[in-house]
Amino acid sequence: MQETIEKVTKVVKKKRAKFPESYIHDIALAAERHDLDDDELDELVRRVKRAYERAKVEKGEAVGTVAAQSVGEPGTQMTMRTFHYAGVAELNVTLGLPRLIEIVDARKKISTPTMAIYFEDEFKNDEEFVRTIANKIGKSNVNDILQDFHVNFAEMNVVAELDETKIKDKRLDFTDIINRVEKTFKKAQIDNNILSFVPSKSNIRELRLLADKVRDLQISGVKNIGKVVIRKEEDEWVIHTEGSNLGAVLKMEGVDKVRTTTNDIHEVEKVLGIEAARNAIIHEAQRTMDEQGLTVDVRHIMLVADMMTADGSVKSIGRHGISGEKASVLARASFEETGKHLLRASIRGEIDHLTGIIENIIIGQPIPLGTGSVGVVMKHK
Amino acid sequence: MKGVLKKISQINFGLMSPEDIRTMSVTKIVTPDTYDEDGYPIENGLMDPRLGVIDPSLKCRSCGSKGGDCQGHFGSINLARPVIHVGFADTLHKILRSTCHTCGRILLTDSEIVDYKGKFEYLMNNEDSLTNIIKEIYTVARRDKCPHCEEEQEDVKIDKPVSLVEGNYKLTPSEVRERLEIISDEDALLLGVNPEVARPEWMILTVLPVPPVTVRPSITLETGERSEDDLTHKLVDILRINQRLKENMEAGAPQLIVEDLWELLQYHVTTYFDNEASGVPPARHRSGRPLKTLAQRLKGKEGRFRSNLSGKRVNFSARTVISPDPYISINEVGVPDLIAKEVTVPVHVTEWNMEEMKECIRNGSDVHPGANYVIRPDDRKIRIYEETKEAVIDKLEPGFIVERHLKDGDIVLFNRQPSLHRMSMMAHEVRVLPYKTFRLNLCVCPPYNADFDGDEMNMHVFQTEESRAEAKTLMRVQEHILSPRFGGPIIGGIHDHISGAYLLTRESATFTEEQAFQILRKAKMAIPDRTGETWSGKQIFSLLLPKDLNMVYKAEICRKCDECLKRECKNDAYVVIEDGQLLSGVMDEKAYGAFAGKILDHIVKEYGTDRAREFLDASTKLAISGIMKAGFTTSTNDEEIPLEAKERIEIHLHKAEEKVDQLIEAYENHELEALPGRSLEETLEMKIMQVLGEARDKSGEIAESYFDINENHAVIMALTGARGSMLNLTQITACVGQQSVRGGRIDRGYNERTLPHFRKGELGAKARGFVHSSYKEGLDPIEFFFHAMGGREGLVDTAIRTAQSGYMQRRLVNALQDLNVKEDGTVMDNRGVIIQTTYGEDGVDPAKSDYGKVVDLDKLIDEMRIKSGK
Repeated sequence: MQETIEKVTKVVKKKRAKFPESYIHDIALAAERHDLDDDELDELVRRVKRAYERAKVEKGEAVGTVAAQSVGEPGTQMTMRTFHYAGVAELNVTLGLPRLIEIVDARKKISTPTMAIYFEDEFKNDEEFVRTIANKIGKSNVNDILQDFHVNFAEMNVVAELDETKIKDKRLDFTDIINRVEKTFKKAQIDNNILSFVPSKSNIRELRLLADKVRDLQISGVKNIGKVVIRKEEDEWVIHTEGSNLGAVLKMEGVDKVRTTTNDIHEVEKVLGIEAARNAIIHEAQRTMDEQGLTVDVRHIMLVADMMTADGSVKSIGRHGISGEKASVLARASFEETGKHLLRASIRGEIDHLTGIIENIIIGQPIPLGTGSVGVVMKHK
Repeated sequence: MKGVLKKISQINFGLMSPEDIRTMSVTKIVTPDTYDEDGYPIENGLMDPRLGVIDPSLKCRSCGSKGGDCQGHFGSINLARPVIHVGFADTLHKILRSTCHTCGRILLTDSEIVDYKGKFEYLMNNEDSLTNIIKEIYTVARRDKCPHCEEEQEDVKIDKPVSLVEGNYKLTPSEVRERLEIISDEDALLLGVNPEVARPEWMILTVLPVPPVTVRPSITLETGERSEDDLTHKLVDILRINQRLKENMEAGAPQLIVEDLWELLQYHVTTYFDNEASGVPPARHRSGRPLKTLAQRLKGKEGRFRSNLSGKRVNFSARTVISPDPYISINEVGVPDLIAKEVTVPVHVTEWNMEEMKECIRNGSDVHPGANYVIRPDDRKIRIYEETKEAVIDKLEPGFIVERHLKDGDIVLFNRQPSLHRMSMMAHEVRVLPYKTFRLNLCVCPPYNADFDGDEMNMHVFQTEESRAEAKTLMRVQEHILSPRFGGPIIGGIHDHISGAYLLTRESATFTEEQAFQILRKAKMAIPDRTGETWSGKQIFSLLLPKDLNMVYKAEICRKCDECLKRECKNDAYVVIEDGQLLSGVMDEKAYGAFAGKILDHIVKEYGTDRAREFLDASTKLAISGIMKAGFTTSTNDEEIPLEAKERIEIHLHKAEEKVDQLIEAYENHELEALPGRSLEETLEMKIMQVLGEARDKSGEIAESYFDINENHAVIMALTGARGSMLNLTQITACVGQQSVRGGRIDRGYNERTLPHFRKGELGAKARGFVHSSYKEGLDPIEFFFHAMGGREGLVDTAIRTAQSGYMQRRLVNALQDLNVKEDGTVMDNRGVIIQTTYGEDGVDPAKSDYGKVVDLDKLIDEMRIKSGK
């Protein structure tokens, strides 16, 4: 493979073509697939070069508007419902138009955060290891490991008997559990696997509340993550989660730092940085579209993502983000919150340089895009 | 296009000082009345003639120009007591909180001032947003003690909308104004008030500008009654209270009364600016309708900005119902003669077109290729009448402009709302046709998303040569065959074009030479020389293909067999075109359908848009003549299946329902095993849904096996992709299937049951909305009800979705519209910030790409090898 790439690079250089790296890779792949000889490779590169030159964007093209329309137009054809995530019937994930709006809005709290956790090569087929990790990540509370539980109204206490098999099944550590219980319930009496609790005030109401509290006590799990589902995908084990905490999960041993993802864009930004957030936006938007059977060119989605992340932080599309921070007063006023922007501009003495589209439409001048982005200078005779 | 074109280079915003307002004012307005008994405007009243005139017969007393030319002049009202401007109440509150109430300095230490000043200068030089830094200053400068004069500061609170309260004492606007006056310019800047254009105290009004009458014209009703504009009403209120306040103050009325009137004045001024300010009851008209005051005029969808500035009403446009015409080209539009005689094209008269123009004028405005107006070089517009015709013709000379009727070949813009993408507005060539509807070729229905159930469309006629040239190169229909969304065709054959092509090209279609020539003739194609042999449909279709076209692909009817037999395909789904000859395979949606047409796609990319237009025009016409030769109809007979099939389906559905009952039984006996991460109930629901889903599919398959594509037209349509789907057919013949609400089986209605016909807690198939019948058999009442529930959800869903996606698109367009590819291939916005260093990472325009790729390498290699003969 490496050889072919080098060969192709040489031919490309000879033909004085300026291809992006991915093209060279693709050509090399195709060359191997079809077993091209040197002449054919020459011819192929020549043809690709010609096609590439023909397909270039024209200068001045209103790529932004085209991208916005291409992303927005299929919105009318999307469904509104939350469907099951392809393959994982156990988890509900927001899809369709609501999800797309969520992405574009750059919501801080998305409605169904979820993670796909992959493992490094040495662990990815180790079911036992994956299950241990899954139980470490997934939320479990005392209720999940009970063998017997009763509220004793006569003695005014709550007795919980832990089930060792269940604990083992969940790959939890007994002492860990006890520590957690002791930390929350200072007055708990622990006798091997039988725990008894006494309410602070001796009345039935308190007792019942205590019983619920004991049952709901979380004994393991990563913050913000609820249910986990373990699945065998192709030839490896993958954990899907409800809820997301990328930072904590990536710190775990054995987790593949490269492939593990979350659908929470802000979390990606926080943990991995703005470039990763951009990729996350592209990936999520593309997936939402694909899932609905709609084809939208990546370039459009890329542009939306690049616009959202251009200033170094994820900004929403709308009045609290990009549109609200435009330089032009008129552009902001014509979008939303007209009065606010005009009043603010007046006391600050803002100046509108009329470089955008909407401003020029408002004052009745040709817009600086496409045909309007060039001028003709005549020689004076 | 005459004279020097001036370009506005910038707009500066600022506040008006009281002095500015007074200098601008042509008169002081004092009297709250508008007209006297004789109907003449009162001097110093709100309709003072010096404020400008509307009536074209009158002359303006201030500027001397006639009504229509005079843009109006402002007046002013001297307020008896200052009032706060609502829009600035919040800002005033923040300023008061951040300044010392005794020395007037900003509550920042000297070092902080220096620090922030530096930052300010930096931001202002870069023309960056000051919002964040001002917000920061407002929070930092909230101190209990003034760092300059050591005075203790009492906290100022705002009582919406305009009351500023210090401790327990409500500050009067005059007091606030006094405090603001002592703020120095340097401090004001840090507080967000740019001293070059504004002073903090100007946010408190002492004099109110009165807009000219052109801004608030009164309308005369049919009854002769005058109805004043909302703004005038509000100004009358202000004047009245202002007058009373003044009188009371002069008479030395008690403080309490003066304060009450002052409050009232504040209320009226507040609602004059914004009648929707929170905390103020909106001022109402006598009829109870809230008044539309200044802020309401600007704001929102119907406001000045969005309705009158970003979008404008235009002349030279037309709108009417659309109807189809398969005989015109895709880049043409049929324009009714009535419209052609109304909307005009300005033509500059030269020596070369003099005769033609004279002929137009001679025809006049009522005969078709005529003209309506002549514009003389001195800009006088002359209407052409029967009587004046000859005189106009005599005077006609080069330099005149004739507004002639629209005629065949003119280029116009055609549009259907909602204009969701650029293909919603395309340039067409005019074909003047009789009757009253716009006619369009069926292939352009998909990009406009048009149908003919009463849709209307708009047409705009270009008025300048530049616009025509631009439209011709960029906006013509054939330039938009490929969608920039995915780089494939969006314009293409639909419905009968596809079934027609299938009927024509399927294996069994053979024609005698006479028949073949009849088809070709009907499609207006050239008739080849006689050979005397029988023709296959594939040969007929091959006449349209470019002679050097080589293609291989799988047609829409491909059944995706495990092993592809390629050319020996039983369904004739393997399309092979060699040197422009269709050797095997049928033409269907994949050939030239909208969104899918591969041949069409190939032709646009390899042979250019003009060739593609010709191909599309010819092939659709041929398909139509093909379908007319074969005959094509569909009815419920197409959905007929033998009794045996019905029985098989019945047995199958019965089995499925039994299986559901078994599942329920298992659940009730606690034998059901829950899926990981799911409750038992959810597991049961999921399993039942799965069983019933499979049952519907299987019964569909049974029905399908009795359908024959060679005889059944409904099946032809479904399989070729012309219209409908196999699911539609099976729902009609076999079983409608599970109805759903909110993505699950129906479980709403009565307490613990969907309908009183069932027992409480019943979970069976029928009780939860499984429709066992087919549409053809008919649904029983219960099934019908569930079906209506599912149907209603669909309708509600669509309604909400349109609103949501519309708003999302507006936001997207607004955020991205300023992006633009620069000469060096970078994408930049209007601030000059680089968004992408190369557009789309490779600089390729998706509209010119092959489904997102520059080229399909495999296709290219195949082609190369065919060419070199390997």
